[in-house]
This record gives sequence, C-alpha cells and structure tokens, in this order.
Amino acid sequence: MALLSNTAVLLGKELRTEFRSRELLTTTVVFILIVIVLFSFTFDPTSDESRRFGSGLLWLAFLFAASLMLQPCFLREQTNDTLSALRLSVSDPFAIFLAKLAANTLFLLLTELFLLPLFAMMYNVPVVGVLPWLVLVFALGSLGISIAGTALSAISAQARMRELLLPLLMLPLLTPILVASTEITKGLLDRAPYVQWKGIGFLAIFDLVFLTVLWLFGEYLLEE
Amino acid sequence: MVKNALAAVAVFLLLGAAAYASFFIAPTDAKQGLIYRILFFHVSSAWTGLTAFFICFVGNLMYVWRREPRWDWLGISAAEVGLAFTTVVLVTGPIWAHPVWGIWWTWDARLTSTFVLWLLYVSYVLLRTLVEEPDRRALFSALFGIFAFLDVPLVFGSIRWWRTQHPQPIVMGGPGAGLDPTMWNVLRFSWLAMLALMTLLLMARYKLEAMRGDLEIVRREAEGT
Repeated sequence: MALLSNTAVLLGKELRTEFRSRELLTTTVVFILIVIVLFSFTFDPTSDESRRFGSGLLWLAFLFAASLMLQPCFLREQTNDTLSALRLSVSDPFAIFLAKLAANTLFLLLTELFLLPLFAMMYNVPVVGVLPWLVLVFALGSLGISIAGTALSAISAQARMRELLLPLLMLPLLTPILVASTEITKGLLDRAPYVQWKGIGFLAIFDLVFLTVLWLFGEYLLEE
Repeated sequence: MVKNALAAVAVFLLLGAAAYASFFIAPTDAKQGLIYRILFFHVSSAWTGLTAFFICFVGNLMYVWRREPRWDWLGISAAEVGLAFTTVVLVTGPIWAHPVWGIWWTWDARLTSTFVLWLLYVSYVLLRTLVEEPDRRALFSALFGIFAFLDVPLVFGSIRWWRTQHPQPIVMGGPGAGLDPTMWNVLRFSWLAMLALMTLLLMARYKLEAMRGDLEIVRREAEGT
C-alpha cells in the first residue's frame, strides 16, 4: 500500500512539473506532426495506400517521438540532484519508476490521441468506428514504450552522448512493440476492420515481462 | 604460455577436422548441391553465437547479484565473442541464400531476429564505451544485457506471428527434420569445434579485460596519491 500511495504522490509531482510548462507535450506534438507531414512525401497518400502504410507510419512516429520525449525524464532530476531526495523520500524505489512511467505513458497517450484525428483527416482513414480499440492499442503500446524507455533513460542520463544513446538502446529493444502495434492498428484501419486479440495479448505480455524485470532490477538503476 | 599454445593448436586441429568432415564426409545435398555445405559453418556459428550471448546473460545476472568485476569481464567478453560469431552468421547467410533462394535477404523471422539480436549487442558494447566510471559501467551494461536477452524471444515471436506472409525460405530454412543422419553428425561435430573456438577466444578476451581492470585500479591509485 505504501508503494501505491508513494507512487500517487510522485505521479502528482511529475504531472504538476509538466503541466506548469507543458514543454514536453507541445514539442512532442509538433515533432509527430512534422513526421506525419514529411511521410506524405514518401508515398502516394491515397486512402488505400494510407491504410497499408499508415499504421507503420504512426507507430514509427510515436517511437521516435518517445525516444526524444523520454530524454529529460531522469536528466532533469540531476540539475539539483533531486533524485537523491526522491530516493530518500520513498520506502520502495520502484515507486519512482512507477510514477515516472505512468506519467510518460499518459503524456504519450495524450499526444497520440491529440494527433489521431489529424492523421485520420489528412490521410483519409476513418477511425471513429474503431476508436475504443485504437485507444486500447495506443495505451498498451505506449505503456510498453514507457516501461522500457523510462528504465533506459535512467541509464542514458548518466552516460556521454546521452541524446544519441537513448534511441540506440531503446529502438532495437522495442522492435516487438513496433511489429505488434503496427499490425493490430493495420487491422483496425482496414476497410473491414478486425480486432487481433492475439496481438493485444502479445502487447500485454510484453508490458508484463518488462514491468517484472523493472520491478526486480529497477532499484539498481538508481544507485549512487 | 605453452598451455595456451597447445590449446590453440588443439582447437585448430578440431576446426580442421570439422572442415574436412563438412567437405568430404557429409553427402552432397540432392537439391542444393555443394553450396549447402556452408550449413556446417553457418548453423554452428549461429548456435555458438547464441551460446555466447547466454553466457553473457549469466555474467550480467551474476554481476548484479555479486558485484564482482570478474562477472563484468565475463559479460563483455562473451558479448564480443557472440557478436563475432553472429557477424559470421549474417555474412554467410546471404552467401548461401543467393544461389539457393535467388535473393540475398528476406525479412523472415529467423533472419530478422538474428539481425535485431546483433543490433542489441552492438548497443551493449557501445553503451560500455560511453560510461566512464567502471562500477557504473558494469552495472548499467549488465542491466541492459538482461533486458536485451529477455527481449530476444519476444522479437522472434512477434516477427514470426505477423510477418509470415512474406516469402518463406523454400528449401531448408535450417536443419529441419529432413536432414540426413550423417549431416546431423557432421553438424554436431562442427558445433563442437566452434564451441572450442569460442572458449579459446572467450578466455583470451577475459584475460585482456582482467588486465585492463587491474590497470585501471593501478592508475586510479597512482592518480589518487
């Protein structure tokens, strides 16, 4: 119970920090928007082509955006060495991770949902009918990205070339998320939409495996 | 010194015997002809590479648990040796695929996941070059290694489940049930030879890393006083 209450307090702190400036959210939205526009030049964006390539485009954009968005996650704790304070204030260091990854999932999901209507409009792909399923896939995918990304940003924050290192560590590790989410989204954007339960189960398993590894080993990432 | 030289000679004799067996003992494949003989090199390297990555994973786990530098040395040594063998796999694969399948590469589950595996361990080695402090470097790379190793089955599963509509290997994507018993035996023997080579390389690399570790301690002591 202490874990949950600690996490809730820390999550509140993460959300307050972000919503004071909204820096992360605005830059991520603009970044994904740029990618979506640039992608339209790489193929003929008719409705049929977009159904084939759109899901991959979206998830690649999300993945790259996440690899930028997760950079400051632990980095900004370094400026005033607030990480030591955080470590002292909670009984279980897993709460720090839990709060950060919950916040990151939420930020990622918000930007994705904000950009979905724009994508649907610009690429002529209707999404209203399958919206609940899309939200589910976005949530599970973003959770997976955030779990791995939050753990790795704790590593990259203490290395040289950290801006390059995080995508380098994160992107190959997240191949399963990219493959699974892209394929499920493709099924949902189809002319005759269908839900791939197997894929949703796969995403859930990925999230669970990585969350377990983080729970087991996360505290070592925060060592002095 | 003499022991090392003897071990090296033994390993090279073993490799020579494996090469002889691959060329002269294993029968020629009815469909593929001579080119299939690359299997004994390709597949045994693949298995050896995976064995090395597993050793790396064990080293990583042990380091996180015991915090002794020797497990870190084992981790990096095994990762580099595994990378060498996996590179052999990725190079011999297209050489084999081109005459048999007519293409250099296909995004099939095994090929793609081997490539992702290779990328993950390249990242592992790169990560180590970018963290200065030795204890921190050891801990971080060990934790990343654990993530990476556990990711591999997920990568393989995801690609296999979804990317099956792509051209599949037509003839013998690997040693299937159809492999001739003599071929199987030669393959097992080749693997044994490769494992011996891996052990030799691993021990040499480990010694090098141990010396580097000692050197670092001496240097820090010298700078500290």
